[in-house]
Amino acid sequence: MSADIEARDVWKSYQLEDGGTLPVIAGLSLNVAQHEFVALVGPSGCGKSTLLDLLAGFQKPDSGSITFVGQPVERPGPRGILITQKGSVFPWISAWRNLTFVLNSVPEEERTSRAQHYLDLVGLQDFASAFPYQLSGGMLQRLELARALVVKPEVLYMDEPFGSLDALARLRMRQELLRIRREEPQTTVLVTHDVDEAIALADRIFVLSQRPMRIMRIVEVGMDHPRSIADPRAVALKSSILHDLGAIE
Amino acid sequence: MLGTIALAKEGVLVHHIAASLMRVAVGYFGAVALAIPLGVAMGWYPPIYRALNPVIQMLRPISPIAWIPLAILWFGVGNASPIFLILLSSFFPMVVGTIAGVHSVERQYIRAAENFGITGMKLLRDVIVPAAMAQIVTGMRIGLGVAWLVVVAAEMVAINSGLGFLIIDSRNAGNRYDLVVAAMVIIGVIGFGLDLLMRRLERIDSVRWRYVR
Repeated sequence: MSADIEARDVWKSYQLEDGGTLPVIAGLSLNVAQHEFVALVGPSGCGKSTLLDLLAGFQKPDSGSITFVGQPVERPGPRGILITQKGSVFPWISAWRNLTFVLNSVPEEERTSRAQHYLDLVGLQDFASAFPYQLSGGMLQRLELARALVVKPEVLYMDEPFGSLDALARLRMRQELLRIRREEPQTTVLVTHDVDEAIALADRIFVLSQRPMRIMRIVEVGMDHPRSIADPRAVALKSSILHDLGAIE
Repeated sequence: MLGTIALAKEGVLVHHIAASLMRVAVGYFGAVALAIPLGVAMGWYPPIYRALNPVIQMLRPISPIAWIPLAILWFGVGNASPIFLILLSSFFPMVVGTIAGVHSVERQYIRAAENFGITGMKLLRDVIVPAAMAQIVTGMRIGLGVAWLVVVAAEMVAINSGLGFLIIDSRNAGNRYDLVVAAMVIIGVIGFGLDLLMRRLERIDSVRWRYVR
C-alpha cells in the first residue's frame, strides 16, 4: 500500500513563558495508507492534538518531515480537513449556507447538488435552513462532518470529534461514520482517549506514551465491520491497550 | 407648556428636531463608514494596530467640547462643524468596539476558514466581521448615543437651528425655562427611540447567535 501521510522523525517543543522549553513530540515517525482509518490513543495532555495540528499543517515541526502523497505539508488546506470537539461550523449562517460557503470556487449548479448530497448523507436534509444554535450536539457534529466532506477532502483529521456528545449520540456517530466511509472512503486519522471508540472504528491503533510523545505500540485491529466491543477479541485488545497506557494493572 | 404647543403648531419644533437628526445622521454614518473598516483592519493586522492604537487612545479622552474652537476654525459656523464633532465623538466607541470584536473572534472559526482555504477579503467579510458583529453593534449603539449627546452641545455654539440651539435660545430670549425643559424631554425621548432602532440590529443573523442561550 502506498503511504498517504508520512511523518519522519518529527520533533516538536513549545517555548514556555519562563524561557524553558516543553518537549511535546520526540522523534515520532508514522505512516498512514490511502483510505486507511488510523486511531491515535494516548493519555490526555500527551500531545495528540499537537500531532494532528502538525499532520494537518496548522503547525510546523521543529525538525523532521511531514509529507502528504509525497509533498511536504506547508499549511492547512481543503485536501485535509480537521474536525475538533469544539466544533467550528459558522454559527451566523444556516446549515445549508455552511456547506455552500466552503464551496466558494465550485460552479453554482454543482455547489447546490453537492450541498444537498452531503446534507442528505448525514441525515440533516430537513434542517437545511436551521441555524447551528437550533441543532442538538449530535446534529451539530453531523453538520460539521457534512461540511468537511462537501469539499471532498482526501483526509479527515478528527480530534476527539464526539467528545462532547452523550454516550448514546457518540455510539450513533460511530455508526454514521462507518456507514459514510462505506459509501465514500477517506483516509482518516482519529485522535481519541476512548479505547472503545478506537477499536470500533480503526484499522490500526497507535498507542501513544506520555509527553514527550512517542509511539509505544501499533495494533492491527483486524476485525470485520460491524464490530462489537463485546467481542472477546475486542475485550482482549482493550485490556492490553489499557495496560499499555497504565490505566489498568 | 403652551409655548411648546405653539412652537409645535408653527412647525418650529419639527424644524429643530429635523435639523438635529440630519446632523446626527450625516456625522454618525460617516463615522460608521470610517470606524468599522479601520477597526477591522486594526483588529486583524497587528502592525496596523501597533501603529494606530496609541494615536486613537490619545485622541479618545479629549472631550468633543474641547474640539469646538478648532471645528469652528476649520469648518466655520455652518452645518459642517457639528457634523464634524459628531463624527469625531461617535468614531471612537465604534472603532474600539470593532477592534475588541475582531480580537475576540474564536480561534476555531479562523482555523476552519484557513482549513477551507478562505483568505483575504472573503475571510474578513464573511468570517471575521460576522463573528465580531455582536461587539460591532454594541459599539454602534454607544456611538449613536454619544452622537446624540454631542449634537446638542455642538448646536449650543455657533449655529441657529437644532434642539441644542432651541435650549440656549429659549433661555436667552427671556428665560423660557418651559421651552428649555420641553427640549430636554424631547432629546431624551428621541434618544430612547434611536436606541430602540439600534436594538433591532440585534435581530440580524450575525448578531442573534451570540445572544441565544
